[in-house]
Amino acid sequence: MSRPSLAVWKFASCDGCQLSLLSAEDELLTLAEEVHIAHFLEATREVAPGPYDVSLVEGSITTPADAERIRHVRSISGTLITIGACATAGGIQALRNLADVEAYTNLVYAHPEYVSTLAESTSIAQHVPVDFELRGCPVEVPQLLEVVSALLAGRKPVTPPHAVCLECKLRGAVCVMVAHGTPCLGPITQAGCGARCPAFNRGCYGCFGPMETPNTASLSDRLHDELGVDDDDLARLLRTFNADAPEFRAEARRRDSIAAAREEATT
Amino acid sequence: MSHSHDRDISVAALARVEGEGAMRVRIRDDHVEHVSLEIYEPPRFFEAMLRGRTYLEPPDITARICGICPVAYQLSAINAIEDALGVDAPPAIRVLRRLLYCAEWIESHVLHVFLLHAPDFLGYQSAIEMAADHHELVERGLRLRKLGNRLLEVVGGRAIHPINVRVGGFHRAPLVRELRELLPELAWALDAAQDTVRAVATFPFPELNQHHVYVALRPDRGVGGQADPGYPLEDGRVVASDGLDIPVQQWPRWFREDHVPHSTALHGRMVTGATYAVGPQARFALNADRLSPPAADLAAEVGLIAPERNPFRSILVRAVELVEALSEAQRLIEVYERPDEPAVAVEPREGVGHGVTEAPRGILYHRYAIDAQGLITDAVITPPTAQNQPAMEADLAGFVQRHVHLPDDELQWQSEQAIRNYDPCISCSTHFLTLEVDRG
Repeated sequence: MSRPSLAVWKFASCDGCQLSLLSAEDELLTLAEEVHIAHFLEATREVAPGPYDVSLVEGSITTPADAERIRHVRSISGTLITIGACATAGGIQALRNLADVEAYTNLVYAHPEYVSTLAESTSIAQHVPVDFELRGCPVEVPQLLEVVSALLAGRKPVTPPHAVCLECKLRGAVCVMVAHGTPCLGPITQAGCGARCPAFNRGCYGCFGPMETPNTASLSDRLHDELGVDDDDLARLLRTFNADAPEFRAEARRRDSIAAAREEATT
Repeated sequence: MSHSHDRDISVAALARVEGEGAMRVRIRDDHVEHVSLEIYEPPRFFEAMLRGRTYLEPPDITARICGICPVAYQLSAINAIEDALGVDAPPAIRVLRRLLYCAEWIESHVLHVFLLHAPDFLGYQSAIEMAADHHELVERGLRLRKLGNRLLEVVGGRAIHPINVRVGGFHRAPLVRELRELLPELAWALDAAQDTVRAVATFPFPELNQHHVYVALRPDRGVGGQADPGYPLEDGRVVASDGLDIPVQQWPRWFREDHVPHSTALHGRMVTGATYAVGPQARFALNADRLSPPAADLAAEVGLIAPERNPFRSILVRAVELVEALSEAQRLIEVYERPDEPAVAVEPREGVGHGVTEAPRGILYHRYAIDAQGLITDAVITPPTAQNQPAMEADLAGFVQRHVHLPDDELQWQSEQAIRNYDPCISCSTHFLTLEVDRG
């Protein structure tokens, strides 16, 4: 039986998620025996022709050429998996989606005619059907290996659906919100990192994006009313690496309108 | 009558570099007519996105410019913001920052030396293919990289995009015990890295002699109770091989960036118009006297003398710098005392700050203007690969002209190698153009 072929693709991103594959130091050479690494430019000059059994896609779509390229990638891929916040939610560069585009264009200082880009940074799933989305900014190496192993075994990948809060309790970390009054997105953020930030006395900042059906309004109201976080800071907290994930986007907008209404009432 | 003969050497998608770039060379009658390193990585507009964010956010946001050197972004951002706020971090925090930076150099230099660049010299498409014949070498590289990543996790809380770094210090200072546990593996690593330098010194290096102006940092104060300021990493004055010696605040007066049509990254130039290079060779040219004894001895043993002007030997300088980073990490762990507070308090104030550090690929400059409320009103980020683009193109032209007799496939491979000499980080270099909207 021939080995399944694996391709890795990069769109707008920092390279960190595909680098995670090279950071699986103990597993990399074994993985290369189990699958044929057929297209992975970061690692090899050799490119085997498609189609490919599995494609890992990093990055978001931000240019007209990339919007075409992802359709081509989909057409030559058996299973297509997005890795990381850029591919899954548009990434940090999706902040442009919320910006006043006029304000950005006013920053032109050189030759914008040399550059071609779209007004929005969008997730892969907004362009083509995606078979599985792996979260994280960046993805965690064990989860990446779990996804690839599951595919090889023909089963569904096991990734936890619960909140970071639960991981925090599991590792016995002190709750930074209760103990120190530190704002934390743990209650609404999908697990997967093992609660890295609370373990370092820091509030979760939402690298893994919203968990399934998060109660974002309840958390953000409590951060506002009980911890005194202002509306602008709340909106910024939700607008980072998963700013365009629907639940974070909606709650950040709600904070904007609350702030606007308050300002109107005082003037 | 002459017979005109045209050759085009091009690579549409460069491999074993971070990010997306292409290379084109046009040769007419054995004469190089045109070379270009084309960067088509989509721009991500970080400098525009940073406006209106708070002064505490750039370390986390700019880390996302690069998954290979996030610490460089975090610490250049912090240097610039602390410069604007007038904060001087206490000694224990400076030890931790320098240690974190050593960890990133270990991770990044090992990635480049073993996984991205060595296959060129030994004639393989990839390190994975190379492992079939050089298993021990590849295993050694993976184990060294694992140590770099482990050190990043202990100090930074995560290997890619560390979570523990903040303006004023850290969120949590590691325990002395957590760091000392790494000393046995560091001792192994120092031996392994020394063997690596000896192995790399035997690689076949194509001939090329380039005379770029070298620009690097030169630290002016020691860290961790040492009077010797040491090799440049997380801070220093900006010096150049043409005699320039300035504090970072004068950077904008001496360096500029040009926008060229074939690249979504700006091209760095000195205001004098000179092409300059940053990175391992520049650091070594200007700081060879600052290497620790294990690295200095090894450089002498393999005949590496500053300045080393063959860009193909940059892998050897990088391997010596790996020894330097491991040896410095060992020293810093040994002198580390856990501070009572992991960070100093910082308050916003209006101002402009400049910051530089030595990313694995060379100088990374940040500048921020902050208003009285602590919101960023302007940001400028100049990454090393953008600065190195003119030097890379000059090397490519020089190399192809000198080796124009080679058959196309060989010339193409070695030309790619000439680009990889700089360990270009294309994801890094492409983030600062402003937006042109195409609504299709």
